[in-house]
Amino acid sequence: MVDTTMEKNPRIGVFICHCGTNIAGSVDVKGLVEYAKTLPNVAFATDYQYVCSTPGQKIITDAISEHKLTGTVVAACSPRLHEPTFRTATKEGGLNPFRFEMANIREQNSWVHMHDREAATEKAKDAVRMAVAKASLLQDLEVKTVPVEKAALIVGAGVAGMQAALDLGNAGIKTYLVEKNPTIGGRMSQLDKTFPTLDCSQCILTPKMVDVYRNPNIELMTYSEVEAVEGYIGNFDVTIRKKARGVISMEEAEAKGIKGGGCNGCGDCEPVCPVIKPNPFEMGMKPRKAIYIYHPQVVPLLYTVDFDSCIKCGLCVEACGEKKAIDLEMMDEFVKLKIGTVIIATGYELFPVEKKTEWGYKQFDNVVTSLEFERLICASGPTGGNVIRPSDGQKPKKIGFVLCAGSRDNTGVGKPYCSRFCCMYSLKHAHQIIEKIPGATPYLFYMDIRSFGKMYEEFYYRIQDEGAKFIRGRVSNILEDPATKNLHVYTEDTLLGRPVDVELDMVVLAAAVQPMEGADTVRKLFGVSCSQDGWMLEAHPKLNPCGTTTAGVYLAGVCQGPKDIPDAVAQAEGAASVASIPLHRGFVELEPYFAQCIEEKCAGCGMCVNLCPYQALSLVEKEGRRLMQVTEAKCKGCGTCGGFCPGGAIWMQHFATPQIVAQIDAFLLGGEQ
Amino acid sequence: MAEEFKPKILGIVCNWCSYAGADLAGSARTQYPPDIRIVRMMCTGRLDPLFVMKAFVDGADGVLVSGCHFGDCHYLEGNYKAAKRMFLLKSLLRGIGIEDKRLRMTFVSASEGAKWAKVVEDVVKTIDELGPSPLREMAK
Repeated sequence: MVDTTMEKNPRIGVFICHCGTNIAGSVDVKGLVEYAKTLPNVAFATDYQYVCSTPGQKIITDAISEHKLTGTVVAACSPRLHEPTFRTATKEGGLNPFRFEMANIREQNSWVHMHDREAATEKAKDAVRMAVAKASLLQDLEVKTVPVEKAALIVGAGVAGMQAALDLGNAGIKTYLVEKNPTIGGRMSQLDKTFPTLDCSQCILTPKMVDVYRNPNIELMTYSEVEAVEGYIGNFDVTIRKKARGVISMEEAEAKGIKGGGCNGCGDCEPVCPVIKPNPFEMGMKPRKAIYIYHPQVVPLLYTVDFDSCIKCGLCVEACGEKKAIDLEMMDEFVKLKIGTVIIATGYELFPVEKKTEWGYKQFDNVVTSLEFERLICASGPTGGNVIRPSDGQKPKKIGFVLCAGSRDNTGVGKPYCSRFCCMYSLKHAHQIIEKIPGATPYLFYMDIRSFGKMYEEFYYRIQDEGAKFIRGRVSNILEDPATKNLHVYTEDTLLGRPVDVELDMVVLAAAVQPMEGADTVRKLFGVSCSQDGWMLEAHPKLNPCGTTTAGVYLAGVCQGPKDIPDAVAQAEGAASVASIPLHRGFVELEPYFAQCIEEKCAGCGMCVNLCPYQALSLVEKEGRRLMQVTEAKCKGCGTCGGFCPGGAIWMQHFATPQIVAQIDAFLLGGEQ
Repeated sequence: MAEEFKPKILGIVCNWCSYAGADLAGSARTQYPPDIRIVRMMCTGRLDPLFVMKAFVDGADGVLVSGCHFGDCHYLEGNYKAAKRMFLLKSLLRGIGIEDKRLRMTFVSASEGAKWAKVVEDVVKTIDELGPSPLREMAK
């Protein structure tokens, strides 16, 4: 039974923060204190330079007992910043922490009305009056604790997802690593070298891939996607779609009683398959069969049938023979997981740079993207590491690199942001062709070279010394000579102040990056917001860079914004660390903003039951009539039911109708004594 | 001579998107007109039509409801529910002779500080053009 009684004689303390000059610069704080003292129910009002400081908080705790307060109001910054601080101070003063209300007079006042002191002060008075009105009606609430399932889910097994999985696995946490592709490794496994150390990308990545595979706490779910998500921090119910792979592993074969069977990666099936498709791992520059692996170092070493192109001729099944690893009738499977916390690491893809038609990608053979170039220069790539021109197979001598190809682009076609790692990998590409092709010259067309990381600027100097040519100018146009298939790159050399036309054998576009296809679906499944450019939004850009607005869901790697490998790995380790906190703690606290049924008003119509997105409400029989009942653990406190109930029978804790109406009345009807 | 019209506008915003967007406008020091007062809720789904009607009865010249973009609601679909209630409210307002332009719903995400400023500017402009609410005039 819900208690809707409120304080009969409220005594509210008002604490107004100067925040240095942040607030006091635009709001008459002293005048505001005097005003607050005139408001009904206000027993005490004062101001302080920084209320969030230790002495500032002490003023609150002391005032509560001294003035026998029943509620507190702090007029300061946004509750999104300091609500927890002042709730704690209120609690330390002996009151229930939910007896506190905050008036935002900084982010939504002094900072946005900096040059209108009079209007800002008036607005602050209204805000304080509204907060006092609500605080007068606030009730004691109890934080609910619920147990946590000690298991983590990581979506995306690129270098960030793998690192997070390893950290969690090594910390003794059961970790499910879900990857949509048939192998783990992500973008990094497509790269040849890494800047600025020139480590071989595969050489440093494959040991990690093997570690992930061997870690007893990590359950690898490749060729799988998140299908549905329910629940909340500590208790997510996640459904994973295991896409039909057409091939069973040796473990699965053993479970099925096929002795010595299952896929051992021998590859006997591949040559007999008559279907030829482009291999996306090789950026489509190498063929694969309908039964395939991406590359020799895949983890798990397990073939995959591409059912979109498989003609089910059965030749592979024959070639596989007694191992009986191939099942061409396999269907998608759904696995339900109980998860405590989630890390999203869905990564990136290249911006479709053909949209910038002036650079001729997909029009001219010898214009390639940076990822295609990575595969061309990689020893395991389609040409065995021989850089050749796609048009004629000749070795290019003069290679252009167009930086910011779609990044820092305000035309509406490309992306307004800096993709952050293109400068550095283009420097690396320049070094590689100087090293690999005797007499070759790289031409880098750039706006600025952003070599901001550790040892990055030094790497830039090194490439300059090695003889790469740098032309500062945005490439306006690339045209092909139809006879030679050479390319003319037109730009303005802005340092010399003159137009330039350079004839080159080949051009590499350092294409912008954008969120991975499908990342938006994952984002919405977990209720994570995104910024204007589509990258997932962190809870706070500086102080909570791994968290999201959904409790228990964290971000790692490029899904949150472009970053290079060191930054992605660092964020992954951070995400693993914060994601492990609730798991080790064993319980989480839920804010008690639950819906409650006011039984004498409830007509049992059941409208709210259908409105609830979380199935938290149900109808029960009680004393001969139907009543709504709330399952608190499922209720997330959105209030959708409370906004609809025709009888006003739903009491939204902390956002109850009388509390909100009091705010509205305080604003519009005044209430000064 | 009548005194200068200072519109009284109530903003009902959700905690996760629009309130955060308004905070971001603050951090970025994006200046906008000071004629709006905010009531924060966890979700615009909490919007009881009563709140809007109460505001107009109390003499508000305009009400802005602002939530997450469709598909981005922190509670999956609260903003859809609020949007549906807007149709009801707008027709109620028209029925009692209040211009339905005085009530508006917008969608401002946590990363759209500049948009929040633009929205407030826009709402204030609309209300300025409409002048004081007929109910406020009647109460005089």
